[in-house]
Amino acid sequence: MSAPPVEIQGLTVRYGERPALTGVNWTAAPGLTAILGPNGAGKSTLLKAALGLIPAAEGQVRFFGLPLEQARPRLAYLPQRASVDWDFPASALDVVAMARLPRTRWFGRLPRAEREAARAALAAVGMADFADRQIGRLSGGQQQRVFLARALAQEADLFLMDEPLAAVDVVTEQTILAVLHGLVRAGKSVLMVHHDLSLVQAHFDQVLILAGRVVGAGPVAEAFTEPAIARAFGGLPGRTPTEAAA
Amino acid sequence: MIGHNTLVVLLGCAALGVAAGVVGSFALLRGRALLADAIGHAALPGVVLAAMIVSLLGGESRALAPLLLGAALTGVLGLLALRRLTASGRIRPDAAIAVVLSSFYALGTVGLSIAQTLPGVAQAGLSSFILGQAATLTESDAILAGALALGCVAVAVALFQPLRALCFDEAFARAQGLPVRALDLTLLGLLLAVCVAGLPAVGLVLVVALLVVPAAAARLLAGRLPGMLALAALFGAVAGAGGALVSTRFASIPTGAAVVLGGLVLFAGALGVSRMRRA
Amino acid sequence: MTDFLRLDFAALLAAMLAGGTCGLLGSFLVLRRESLLGDALSHAVLPGIVVGFALTGLRSAWPMLLGALGAALLATVAITWIRRAARLEAGAATGLVFTGFFALGLVLLEVTGARNADLDIDCVLFGQLETLVWLEAAGLASLLDPAALAGLPRQLGLLAGVALAACLFVAAFWRPLKLLCFDPDFARSLGLRVGRWEILLNLMIAAAAVAAFEAVGSILVIALLVCPAAALRLMTDRYAVQVWGGAALGAGLGAAGVLLAGPLPAALGLDFALSAAGLIGTLAGLTVAVALQRRRRFQAL
Ligand SMILES: Nc1ncnc2c1ncn2[C@@H]1O[C@H](COP(=O)(O)OP(=O)(O)OP(=O)(O)O)[C@@H](O)[C@H]1O
Ligand SMILES: [Mg+2]
Repeated sequence: MSAPPVEIQGLTVRYGERPALTGVNWTAAPGLTAILGPNGAGKSTLLKAALGLIPAAEGQVRFFGLPLEQARPRLAYLPQRASVDWDFPASALDVVAMARLPRTRWFGRLPRAEREAARAALAAVGMADFADRQIGRLSGGQQQRVFLARALAQEADLFLMDEPLAAVDVVTEQTILAVLHGLVRAGKSVLMVHHDLSLVQAHFDQVLILAGRVVGAGPVAEAFTEPAIARAFGGLPGRTPTEAAA
Repeated sequence: MIGHNTLVVLLGCAALGVAAGVVGSFALLRGRALLADAIGHAALPGVVLAAMIVSLLGGESRALAPLLLGAALTGVLGLLALRRLTASGRIRPDAAIAVVLSSFYALGTVGLSIAQTLPGVAQAGLSSFILGQAATLTESDAILAGALALGCVAVAVALFQPLRALCFDEAFARAQGLPVRALDLTLLGLLLAVCVAGLPAVGLVLVVALLVVPAAAARLLAGRLPGMLALAALFGAVAGAGGALVSTRFASIPTGAAVVLGGLVLFAGALGVSRMRRA
Repeated sequence: MTDFLRLDFAALLAAMLAGGTCGLLGSFLVLRRESLLGDALSHAVLPGIVVGFALTGLRSAWPMLLGALGAALLATVAITWIRRAARLEAGAATGLVFTGFFALGLVLLEVTGARNADLDIDCVLFGQLETLVWLEAAGLASLLDPAALAGLPRQLGLLAGVALAACLFVAAFWRPLKLLCFDPDFARSLGLRVGRWEILLNLMIAAAAVAAFEAVGSILVIALLVCPAAALRLMTDRYAVQVWGGAALGAGLGAAGVLLAGPLPAALGLDFALSAAGLIGTLAGLTVAVALQRRRRFQAL
């Protein structure tokens, strides 16, 4: 059996003095994993710290048994909110093509095969018709889909996605979930921060439930339980698994 | 010893420093301090144009008032151009400031190249407006600077509460029903006044430092706004007078440079003190 | 023709090279929303230039360039540090640092006596395009005559070198630069060393600022860095057009400024010449104004 896609040991992250995540120990199994938890639970923080985008106070993370630097070519990341200049002179296709940087030479025209790969990623999120549109002239949900396509175009083995379904319509949601299932069938793994508890049972293999620390983890059938959700969401009025299933 | 003329110059520069410290504090907290850079550079074509007109009319081309009037005029034009550029949504404020300051300055240098060929204008010492020469301040100039300083301080004190609200939280100030636009225009007006008044002594290239440096130093030390204003005024006065003193002693060192370096010494001191306190 | 070669050709070439190089690199400043860094770098190189010149006593290109790059590096480090240490916003920290460097440069210019030589305040403030002449030129044939070419002003050598380096830099690192401008966080997640790239880019811009400084002076360098790029920002949504278009526009503005500085007043029947560098900057500002006007009209439709 090969090494797990992610292995986190004793991860603690602080913003200034305040810890956002404390002592996270978690090993992901291959497949589609939902990272759940209330706003401010540290979900985004977990992904960013794992990818070295923010420094971790303690702990270490290995991907496929390798340290971050060696595993990088096998990872793709979709930020919760891309903080880019939407006026930037770039088309949707340009943005997606940027994901191919590590596998292309740095100058000259983008090779045709790379361009096609970028187009295919755009098509996978239903954005083929918008390839040449300047990114600022897309709707919020369409922009989100372009960035998802960029992550897909990285052709990684592990996708870390921060709320890829946050701003997309129901049809697109189904399209994207189908794409992700396709990835999993092809042997890839997806870690995805997610808020809609009603989708968890039908679509995900495992969950990781956070609230500043790990409050539950494992296969959906075992770990996606009412007590764990209640502990994470702290009795806030939210939908429990039974309500969601009803 | 310090003679009468030097004393006049020192007092004038100190008064200027007080005004710059107070106005600069508000501008810094409002995130508008760099506008002074745009205004200062945008003033050059106005100065040159005013000098040419005065000399064509056969007037005394050394008189400061028309030059400053011209400076204020193109300074306002520069601000208007700035607003037009950022209103496009495409040009960010940083780029807009750079475009305005460099192209207005460029226009000014074209004007200078013409002015140099006109007989009455050459000796007006127009290029001393670029780097500043405090030694040329006369008694009436110093009185003008002093009056301006008093005016700025008076406005700042009178409008202290609303300006503080504006600088701290614009949305809140708006929700409170404060006239945000009018307040911003007032602040801009004060900024313009200080920049223009500072031109002859400090020069247009470095006048922005007079507004930024004392305020930034004061912010390091003062926990509350009244304290910050008082300290900034003090730092401004010390930097202004110190710089003027140095440049009257070593005539070839431009006053602007001396004032800026003096201010930075104060800033470094303030930074050291604040770090020691935190440690 | 010979007169043109002797008196205007060198200035024309210098202005075009300076405008093209700055116009090319300026897009990266504007796209990264760091235009004020252009302002900062063009001022901050002054003490480095003066020290480089004072240490070696000659005004050859290398010590000046090295001194300037050192000063530029120091200034960017200082800005970052002061932003953090004094919790200042970027604009204020930038203003504080570059005015300090520039003031220091002015004082050094005084102390080292550099101002007695041909590096003086006027060069800093207005450039010296007018002094660039090619007296060895004897006709078109001189363009191919190595002996005559050796008599071209040495500023042209530095300008040509930096222009070439900038073009190669942009062409060779086309995609990483684009990614760096668009989404540095994503670049980091792809494993790009963003910090190092930023330093490299800033050094490149500082080199352009130094080379152009001798032609148009330190303040008008800002016009060449930011105006062409800003004008293109108003006209295009295509990255390649933005970047190479900025270079072309910059070179065009340089040429137009030099060509108009003499003939324009003559055509108006006046007997003086305009400041070429000033004219370049003025035209650059006008270009932005025209681009803005066109865009407003276009959007009104
Ligand atoms: N840049 C930051 N500086 C300081 N504190 C931060 C920063 N980013 C996040 N935090 C804090 O860290 C905690 C975890 O934030 P994080 O963004 O990881 O939450 P999240 O689980 O992704 O929430 P959401 O569902 O809203 O996206 C929060 O309490 C937040 O306030
Ligand atoms: Mg989040």
